Amino acid sequence: MTAVSASPKGGALSIRNVAKIYDPDGAGVVALDDISFDVGAGEFCVIVGPSGCGKTTLLNAVAGFDTVTSGEILLDGALLSSPARRPAPGADRIVVFQNGSLFPWKTVLWNVICGPVQQGRMTRANAIRHARDLLGRVGLAGIEDQYPGELSGGMKRRVEIVRALINEPRILLLDEPFRALDALTKSVVQEYLLELYDLVPKTVFFITHDVEEAVFLADKVIVMTTRPGRVLKIIDVDIARPRSVHVLTSDRFLQIENDVRTAIHGEAQKAFEAGEREFA
Amino acid sequence: MIQPIAPARGSLDAALPSGVPWWMRARRVLRSRRLYLAILGVGTFFLRWYMLVDVLRFWRFRELPGFVASIREWVSPNPVYGISLFTSDYYLHIWSSLYRVYSAFALATLLGITIGILMGWRRVFYGLTFPILELFRPIPVLAWIPLAIILLPGRELPIIGLTFLAAFFVTILNTLLGVRSIDPVYFRAARSLGFSELGILVHVILPGALPYIFVGLQIAMGACWFSLVASEIASGQAGLGYEVWQAYYYVQFETMVIIMATLGFLGYVSSALVRLVAHRLMRWRSSVIASV
Repeated sequence: MTAVSASPKGGALSIRNVAKIYDPDGAGVVALDDISFDVGAGEFCVIVGPSGCGKTTLLNAVAGFDTVTSGEILLDGALLSSPARRPAPGADRIVVFQNGSLFPWKTVLWNVICGPVQQGRMTRANAIRHARDLLGRVGLAGIEDQYPGELSGGMKRRVEIVRALINEPRILLLDEPFRALDALTKSVVQEYLLELYDLVPKTVFFITHDVEEAVFLADKVIVMTTRPGRVLKIIDVDIARPRSVHVLTSDRFLQIENDVRTAIHGEAQKAFEAGEREFA
Repeated sequence: MIQPIAPARGSLDAALPSGVPWWMRARRVLRSRRLYLAILGVGTFFLRWYMLVDVLRFWRFRELPGFVASIREWVSPNPVYGISLFTSDYYLHIWSSLYRVYSAFALATLLGITIGILMGWRRVFYGLTFPILELFRPIPVLAWIPLAIILLPGRELPIIGLTFLAAFFVTILNTLLGVRSIDPVYFRAARSLGFSELGILVHVILPGALPYIFVGLQIAMGACWFSLVASEIASGQAGLGYEVWQAYYYVQFETMVIIMATLGFLGYVSSALVRLVAHRLMRWRSSVIASV
């Protein structure tokens, strides 16, 4: 264990009565309505919900890209976000974006070390050592000098996760990071993510609308309702780690997956019908 | 919106992946059909010139300088009108023009990119400057000539000033477009990774805008040569634009053709140089493969 410290440096997230109302021209669209849940330090928490349920809004509020209308968000007991206080985005709450955000004009190595180097937290040499170590662990040794444009989608996602983890964030925020990947690549990258997670148990806040992915990765699945977004159900996933793809066919897995799917199906139906009504 | 163009595959100055030895590059160029088509195209042009002017003495074309006479004058050690590859005057004109174009271009690049970046980076600066830019930009360079002569002392500065002006506005506008073209996700990522404002400027804005900046610089280089010739005609004492007009005035038509060909050649080399620098600075673009 050389690259990053194994013990989670806190990272307990507490979301209390958070609401978000977008009000363009007084329309008052309720994106989030009285959301409350806790994510323990080092816990892998996955949010699932139909499109437009405010998952990304919630993530943006934690990351510091958006404000909340009411309620508050605490990180390790300290106030992070409230209607009066929008936190600045920072490396303690790193975001991995949906469509990828590796700087295409920089090499893989530069991309990975840029966080700690820009923050002045590590020397260049030190950061390079850590970067090589982490890249090796996700099967990416030897690609340091390539540009992101030369990599496959799955490789890019892994590099991006490494770029986030090298900052030793208190919480890792992933916004549907594997959405654009094909099913086979996806399962490989998921396994790599779990491997890294087992190595360095950070608090993870992961958004998806893929139920199988949610149950495979999570300690805790939070199912959200369609707009206005509320917490519909919190389902604990008590499947032992480390997990591999073989878990996917176990009885326990299928049972939990079924629970989540049942909960979310009603919401998906509602979201679909709401969409139909809008067009009618 | 204009998209930055990728280098054409097989074009003579296109960058090949770095690490390919020169002889393989040479072989690739020699094997490409483009090279032979280019030679054929240019050759056909010269042949037509020769036929129309020298041989057929076709209507109106008989007034023009002949192909053979022009070439002979160009390579003559004792040219009839004093301008050939072997006279120092020829190089004096070339040097005067190159000096003006490149100093104007350098200044326009430096100021244009700086102002363009500031406009894209700072809303207030944009609000202050954009209306002025849009007011001044449509004024043709030719309309600036009298003002430049009144404002700038000597004979050299007005020419450089006018040449500068042509490139300046193009560079600003393309740099601004370049900054605007950057996907906002890169700014978010940089903030999330703890970049300072300066870090964002140096590592996100500048490289992100580079593709558009170089489109601007290519156009700017062309605009430089255009307005150079115009302003040399108006107020020059040496230089290719001045000389092409002198040659016309004194009915030295072969010299006129020599100068025109020289302008064409220097213009091509200048654009190729800009492209070369672009490829050097944007290696990441030549290596982009189709990906998610």
